[in-house]
Amino acid sequence: MTVDSQGTATAGPQDAPGRAAGKSQTPPPPSGTKEVLQPSRGRRSLPSGLLPYLLVAPALLSMAVLLLYPLIRNVILSFQQLNRKEFITRETVWTGFDNYTKLLGDSHFWSVTIRSIVFTALNVALIMLIGTCIGLLLNRLGKKMRLVLSLSLMFAWAMPIVASVTVFRWLFDEQFGVANWVMRTLGFSGYDQHNWFETGFSTLVIILILLVWGSVPFVALNMYAGLTTVGTELYEAAKMDGASGWRTFWAVVFPNLKSFFMITTFLEIIWIFKAFAQVYAMNQGGPDRGSETLPVFAYIEGVGQFHYGVAAAISILTIVMLIAVMSFYFRLILKQEEEL
Amino acid sequence: MSTTTRTPQKLRTRKPITVGAVAKNLSALVIAVVFVFPVYWMFSSSLKPQHEIMTKDPIFVFTPTLDNYTTATGVDLFWTYVQNSLTVTIGAVLLALLVALAASFAIARMKFKGRKGIVLIVMMAQMAPWEVMVIAMYMISRENDMLNSIPMLTLIYFVMVLPFTIWTLRGFIAAVPVELEEAAQIDGCTRGQAFRKVIFPLLAPGLMSTSLFGFITAWNEFAMILMLNKDKESQTLTLWLTQFQTAFGSDWGATMAASTLFALPVLIVFLFLQRKAVGGMTAGAVKG
Repeated sequence: MTVDSQGTATAGPQDAPGRAAGKSQTPPPPSGTKEVLQPSRGRRSLPSGLLPYLLVAPALLSMAVLLLYPLIRNVILSFQQLNRKEFITRETVWTGFDNYTKLLGDSHFWSVTIRSIVFTALNVALIMLIGTCIGLLLNRLGKKMRLVLSLSLMFAWAMPIVASVTVFRWLFDEQFGVANWVMRTLGFSGYDQHNWFETGFSTLVIILILLVWGSVPFVALNMYAGLTTVGTELYEAAKMDGASGWRTFWAVVFPNLKSFFMITTFLEIIWIFKAFAQVYAMNQGGPDRGSETLPVFAYIEGVGQFHYGVAAAISILTIVMLIAVMSFYFRLILKQEEEL
Repeated sequence: MSTTTRTPQKLRTRKPITVGAVAKNLSALVIAVVFVFPVYWMFSSSLKPQHEIMTKDPIFVFTPTLDNYTTATGVDLFWTYVQNSLTVTIGAVLLALLVALAASFAIARMKFKGRKGIVLIVMMAQMAPWEVMVIAMYMISRENDMLNSIPMLTLIYFVMVLPFTIWTLRGFIAAVPVELEEAAQIDGCTRGQAFRKVIFPLLAPGLMSTSLFGFITAWNEFAMILMLNKDKESQTLTLWLTQFQTAFGSDWGATMAASTLFALPVLIVFLFLQRKAVGGMTAGAVKG
């Protein structure tokens, strides 16, 4: 997930000047009259209409085969009964909406759904809050301290997910973990051999700490990058008018970075909600399936319980929820694109 | 312009040390320590001798040893995992670059019906919930005898990084002025030559950072490999690392050495990239 985030993170700001430039060079294309509008393109050796399609075709084709088709297959699978027997004999047994009705009537499904939503909400709230605060702090630091802090954030950001999960298991180890030592040093009792992964809830708390630790750098560093674009004049003006720090934030910083806040919040919701590696690798959804979120629930229902049809239905329901969030996100992005 | 920006800075440096400044720097220091600690702890644990890891109170000063690394790399099939990881990630990134270069050139430079739709498709594909598609992908691979297959995994990772690669390259290509390309064409280049000789060299930093981000994505991927490649021979370092823990139980020194080996390429790439990406970005912006 972190990496995804790096990707999109840089894509946004990086892209902006280029996007603007590209737009100014290419006024809205009326469909038929390319040749007239672009005399300089006359030298093209291929028939002018076909070349762009040929260039785009490999990309579209590979996405169709390895992205669209699996999605469609997922929908189809969710209408099939695919338990151990059907899995081995490779028969296709259609069950209509059975998987869905079974799921929607299952209290376990609902508790996992609610858990996932609450978990995501808490995570995103913490990430945005802490990330914004650190971003603001970065903006007010001196050069050296800023470098130290951003370097440290960069390390947390760059850590591969699986490596960081392993490290967190070590930090919260029952016998020799640093977390127990910290608690003892702070004077808490009962942390001699405290098992941090004793319940589903406590496991989720550790995963939450891991996700917040891994996601805050993205928000903080981008927040800082956004703040540098706000322009010092605005701050100066606010300061001259005698605005307090709090007031400056709400009156000057926030309106300027509103779309950044919204986009980042939605991105984080999407990433956290579908986070799989962090949740699964931490404790395989355990103990006693107590730390399962929806993506992990789908995986375990399929691979662990041999209910592939039900698992497909869970993933479809998860995707539907994700699409609901994404539609807001895309609306924001498109709006921003229009403004540019 | 330069004088107006310089004056406030001068004033700032002359400021006396205040309580606020101390609090600011102190909290920054604490935050920095908190965020870097897990990474530091991974490194330091990986260098500790066994008896200094298994202690109730952590030891901060120790004589470093590479024993843990010997244990970690001595695991059966370690070099197979390294090879698989490299094959899958590099293969996926190169394939994505090739395909994305063509597509993004068309999107950034040409006008055709459906261009907007394609941009939208790329945008949506970038958000594809791969983690929740593992079941379908497993069934498809099983039907086509592609389980435990390195080529299949490479293809999946290729499509995973493709939308992002198109999206970013599109920005980089758009940042190269059309005039340059046109000048080359006036000088007698064909369109293909103009692309090869003028645009492509200017794209180098963009290609570099884009491919490195793709590399990180593929290196990090976990759900697909967990689902598809159950065979020992066809696993990658990602899966190896999660199983290392179970296999070695409480040998945390070796586990941390394994984590370090896994994280190191990404950490290096990332630190290097930070400068490269910014360099490519500003260069593009100035020239455009």
